[in-house]
Amino acid sequence: MVFIDAAGLDHQALNQKIREAPEDTLIENCLGQRFIGAGTCDKTIEIHGIPGNALGAYLNGSHLSVKGNAQDAVGDTMNNGSIIVYGSIGDAAGYAMRGGKIYVKGNAGYRAGIHMKAYQDKKPVMVIGGRAGSFLGEYQAGGLIAVLNLEKPSEKCVGYFPCTGMHGGKVFLRSDCHDVVFPEQVSARPASPADLEEIEPYVREFCMLFGYSFDQVLEGPFTVVTPDSKNPYKQLYTAGV
Amino acid sequence: MGIDYIVPEFEVDRNEQRCIHCRVCECQCANEVHSYSKEAGIMLSDETRCVNCQRCVSLCPTRALKIVKNPCSFRENANWQPDLIKEVYRQASTGGVLLSSMGTPKPYPVYWDRILINASQVTNPSIDPLREPMETKVFLGKRPEKISRDPEGNLITKLPPQITLSMPVMFSAMSYGSISYNAHASLARAATKLGILYNTGEGGLHEDFYRYGPNTIVQVASGRFGVHEGYLEAGAAIEIKMGQGAKPGIGGHLPGAKIVGDVSRTRMIPEGTDAISPAPHHDIYSIEDLRQLVYSLKEATNYEKPVIVKVAAVHNIAAIASGIARSGADIIAIDGFRGGTGAAPTRIRDNVGIPIELALASVDRRLRDEGIRGNVSLVVGGSIRCASDVVKAIALGADACYIATAALLALGCHLCRTCHSGKCNWGIATQRPDLVKRLNPDIGSERLVNLMNAWRHEIMELMGGMGINSIEALKGNRLMLRGVGLSGKELEILGISHAGE
Repeated sequence: MVFIDAAGLDHQALNQKIREAPEDTLIENCLGQRFIGAGTCDKTIEIHGIPGNALGAYLNGSHLSVKGNAQDAVGDTMNNGSIIVYGSIGDAAGYAMRGGKIYVKGNAGYRAGIHMKAYQDKKPVMVIGGRAGSFLGEYQAGGLIAVLNLEKPSEKCVGYFPCTGMHGGKVFLRSDCHDVVFPEQVSARPASPADLEEIEPYVREFCMLFGYSFDQVLEGPFTVVTPDSKNPYKQLYTAGV
Repeated sequence: MGIDYIVPEFEVDRNEQRCIHCRVCECQCANEVHSYSKEAGIMLSDETRCVNCQRCVSLCPTRALKIVKNPCSFRENANWQPDLIKEVYRQASTGGVLLSSMGTPKPYPVYWDRILINASQVTNPSIDPLREPMETKVFLGKRPEKISRDPEGNLITKLPPQITLSMPVMFSAMSYGSISYNAHASLARAATKLGILYNTGEGGLHEDFYRYGPNTIVQVASGRFGVHEGYLEAGAAIEIKMGQGAKPGIGGHLPGAKIVGDVSRTRMIPEGTDAISPAPHHDIYSIEDLRQLVYSLKEATNYEKPVIVKVAAVHNIAAIASGIARSGADIIAIDGFRGGTGAAPTRIRDNVGIPIELALASVDRRLRDEGIRGNVSLVVGGSIRCASDVVKAIALGADACYIATAALLALGCHLCRTCHSGKCNWGIATQRPDLVKRLNPDIGSERLVNLMNAWRHEIMELMGGMGINSIEALKGNRLMLRGVGLSGKELEILGISHAGE
């Protein structure tokens, strides 16, 4: 394990040290440096402190864990690997992610999982232990998002306009969602045992990471949201003359 | 179905004396205009389907075919032009948003055609490019602010990453999906042979084309299709697409019907799913946010590749470009509103944005005034149609030009403007295997190489006539330009004098 003291380093210097490190790295005193681990495929990085925006952007197989909160755009366009955050994360987490996993113990800001996609064996997963802000899963085209609402179950698990423009993938909300308004083009229903089977391995992993009881968490209730069409714009256009 | 209010725009004029009923026209027309009647022993035509792409005309072995404008017209009305009337009919019957392809056909001013180029007479000699050396090579990227030396006094020659082009023209972004595999193959091969770059567009990079990486610009748009580490590493430069001249302010949408086979694999999304590129990047609301995306790409590629930010030419383009020049981007690409598209809402294409000539002139001036012109190179497109447009663009301040429609014309496009139908009879804007194979990449790339070589020579001749022997000396040299028939305001924005002054 290589220790990197991030105090006083800018993002370029810090990432250079990470790239040069021959083995796993532990970053101490992280304070807002952006793009940590961007585009890497073979690193294991533990971060103490608060990484800046775009943590693990274009991540391609590395494993990042943050003992603290993370900021905006965690895992932007991520292709593979994992990002585990022991605190909360900011806005637009997992933007356009195509593969890998993001596990967050706390809450997520606005637009979590926006335009998340899936392809063949690539199926991105995002599990949020707390609550998610507005526009969760906006334009979602694939993959799984689960919001468990474990920290303050009495509060609404998700903000306004979840799943707007969704045309693929699934969203699981650990709530009966009587207080959530969904847009017209998606269907929300109580999760079936088959649905739950789909998220079970990820919930189990989440519970092991953050010390929750798997059985209790899976008790739910869970609502599952799926899009009605993978071609939402099909009827919109007519040929010009 | 009620009455179809729209009279066909074209007529198929078949010379029965020449027609030998070989049915080539029938085989060639994906729109199914032509058919053969066994009973009558004649070829029939369904003009309602004709888009005037001229495929049948070109391939008819006896030259028996002409596609002509249908003289049947509405009663003349200067306000209600025929297209407007037909569009109302079309929307009244479908309720749909009108969709069009390629650049706007509306008669907006083309400033290139109102700008004239200077030449030497008597007082300074012109240069003959056939006999004398002439440099058309250009470098795109940031220029160092000052010369710096190491402690021993040696020049520090490490520059920010640059693109090298043999001539100041590149093939602009067209995605795999909007155009065919063979069209991309033609562009990639031609760019490699010419020592210039082509651009993947936002549909990812087909695995077969990674070998053309040194001549490839890989694009990152809001949908992030096919974007992954290997893709970013593959290109010579990375372009962030913020906007497109033909459709400023809106995103893109490749219908699920076109997401098949390799297109699905290259975009890395399932077959049949709509590929939606939302209008904004969800993480960009400011220049600071743009800077974040620029630097995330630089970090992911170890600062080895220049980052291009492409924007549409819109009203405040000078201020926008000033922001981009401070965002860490190496190159700004500006796309004028006459630029092409594989599909855009008609009303947007025909009404939103500004001409590239005015955008270029005001951006170049603004960046100079602010002392940040060297922060970035400027690339302009939409629409650059010929070598003299290139020369005028450089003299107005561009470092290089993007061309796309001209490149498609070289591949056989006849500008029928129905790319969105997916039935391109020339094998360009289609994914139908039987149509794609009509475009032979060997011939296609050769035609592109021919076109660019011809332009390069014309550029040298135009420069030589001015007594200028390098693109660098022509850049921003507005004294070489004069306007004709332009207002004082237009001349002021273009920063040029009127002819005769």
